[in-house]
Amino acid sequence: MVSKVTIDENRCKGCGLCVRACPKKIMQLSKTKLNEKGYHPAEVIDQESCIACASCARTCPDAVITVEKE
Amino acid sequence: MAKKLMKGCEAIAEAAIQAGCRFFFGYPITPQNDIPEYMSARLPKVEGGCFLQAESEVAAINMVYGAAAAGARVMTSSSSPGVSLKQEGISYIAGAELPCVVCNMMRGGPGLGSIQPSQGDYFQATKGGGHGDYHLIVLAPSSVQEAVDLMHNAFDLADIYRTPVMLLADGIIGQMMEPVEFHEFEKRELPAKPWAVTGYDPNGDRKRAIVNSLYIEVDELQEMNDRLQARYKEICEKEVMVEKYKTEGAEVIVCAYGTVARICKSAIALCEEKGVKVGLVRPITIWPFPEKALQEVMAQPSVKRELTVEISAGQMHEDVRLAINGSKPTDFYGKPGSYTPTAEEIADYILKTREA
Amino acid sequence: MKTVFKKTPVLTDTIMHYCPGCGHGIVHRLVAEVIEELGIQNKTIGFVPVGCAVFGYKYFNIDCVEAAHGRAPAAATGTKRVNPNNIVFTYQGDGDLASIGAAEIVHAAHRGEKITTIFINNAIYGMTGGQMAPTTLVGQKTTTSPYGRDPEHCGKPIRIAEMIATIEGAAYVERVAVDSTPNIIKAKAAIKKAFQCQIDRKGFSLVEVLSSCPTNWGKSPAEAMDWIKSDMIPYYPLGVKKDITNE
Repeated sequence: MVSKVTIDENRCKGCGLCVRACPKKIMQLSKTKLNEKGYHPAEVIDQESCIACASCARTCPDAVITVEKE
Repeated sequence: MAKKLMKGCEAIAEAAIQAGCRFFFGYPITPQNDIPEYMSARLPKVEGGCFLQAESEVAAINMVYGAAAAGARVMTSSSSPGVSLKQEGISYIAGAELPCVVCNMMRGGPGLGSIQPSQGDYFQATKGGGHGDYHLIVLAPSSVQEAVDLMHNAFDLADIYRTPVMLLADGIIGQMMEPVEFHEFEKRELPAKPWAVTGYDPNGDRKRAIVNSLYIEVDELQEMNDRLQARYKEICEKEVMVEKYKTEGAEVIVCAYGTVARICKSAIALCEEKGVKVGLVRPITIWPFPEKALQEVMAQPSVKRELTVEISAGQMHEDVRLAINGSKPTDFYGKPGSYTPTAEEIADYILKTREA
Repeated sequence: MKTVFKKTPVLTDTIMHYCPGCGHGIVHRLVAEVIEELGIQNKTIGFVPVGCAVFGYKYFNIDCVEAAHGRAPAAATGTKRVNPNNIVFTYQGDGDLASIGAAEIVHAAHRGEKITTIFINNAIYGMTGGQMAPTTLVGQKTTTSPYGRDPEHCGKPIRIAEMIATIEGAAYVERVAVDSTPNIIKAKAAIKKAFQCQIDRKGFSLVEVLSSCPTNWGKSPAEAMDWIKSDMIPYYPLGVKKDITNE
């Protein structure tokens, strides 16, 4: 499946609930990036394995995740 | 229109409806129950009218807040202990800059006090009442007819200045019957209410309406307070109402409001019989207080002294003293609680203190 | 590409002030999504409380009223009575609704007021710094129950959904949680049903949402969600407490 997860990094507070919610375990909090607010934003580490279930987006308290698929 | 014999509370309720009030939220308390009772019978028969008995005075004033936020002409009424409960909501209404009318039929206090008339809520009414720097416009009728006439004004002033307006009467005004006439009133130009919450159309012209009194940033709260203070200044300049009765050439000036002012007029007649000229300054708006009018009257060379008469421990007397500011002697006659003085007592006191 | 999920326009673009992982953000989004899906943005009026959600008017892209502490159901009543065609909801926390506003919520339900209440139960006062709420669990430590809530001293936690369900005027009452994606999906369905209940003028509707307060619970966002499941749900069972919307 071709899918795309976009994270509005500067709105992300790095709470990690998306990481917890992802059934494919393909999300993490960035180990290198810091956003404007000083949080480590969430990122997808294996986009190809994404099944576009949007579990991450439905859990996100800050509505920063957009999910698309072919 | 022909005169009609009506009880004060009922006349006030009818006047409110004629002034366009369509929503009333209240809670029973003596001696103002005739207002909600009248409203409960009349409002459902008026197009768009709604009476609702709330679970408490606290809820009632917050229903007023919600109805005012939606742009309605709305009113509540209560009596002293109930008005204390409403203070939180009144502060929020003042802070959110919403128009509404609150009627207080004062009874004796503090605490549960009595159900007899009193003027013990003057401080509460004129100094804000709840928390924060705000004022209500406070109208103090001395007859049922005047209460009726002021009601129309009350709703207009609330809309014009986006402020709660209080009709403050002692229980006597509410409970006695007097002949009243309902006049046609001149329609004033009133501001639109684009701030009312009626539903936000993201594609429309109106901004999103937010009714709120929270300004967490110091600058923003300052701005809101400056706006309120500027409005209060304008009210003080434009909206003072006062009756001057036989003040010209008077030796003693009596200052009283509400029913007490009427008793004072009888006392003045008794003094006149004894050849002593006494005049009356009767504030109709007790906030804004008619400071200038009182100062002008007191400045007359004939005036030797002032006497404030109230059914309180001398609450309005503080404003009188501020206005006179030591220029001439001032005195107080009255008792706290519910004791209503007679014309004879007041006249005796005037004559006695004159000789002293 | 086809959009599977994106932020609803019924939420503004303002970044919410909530702590990382706070359940309020999730519930705000669910309410906003429901308003969008029902096509009622232009007639919905939101009443926000005193508590952490006090700034809710910055986030819901609708007309809003900020109510005094606990008084939102009374204020909402005033607005609904003026414009019965508006869809009016209150969004209240457990200090606001279950403590200081207990009378107002009971009587809004008692009148069968045609409004909807979204009640956030996170077992604590958030905004004021983690004090004990009526919903605080037995033994739970807060800044005003530093030795843990002692039921002998201050009673056992109050179950609002069950209590409101006993009131005749309540038409729909459900308790949900936002601890997991499946529960979040169920929570949204409940919120949608509560709004539909109002649209159909069936009576008062309330959805109690078990939500997290990682900061004041002293837990990570993930641990806080786990605690909802392990500690809150056993005391506050999920499910429909009352539904007469089909009658």
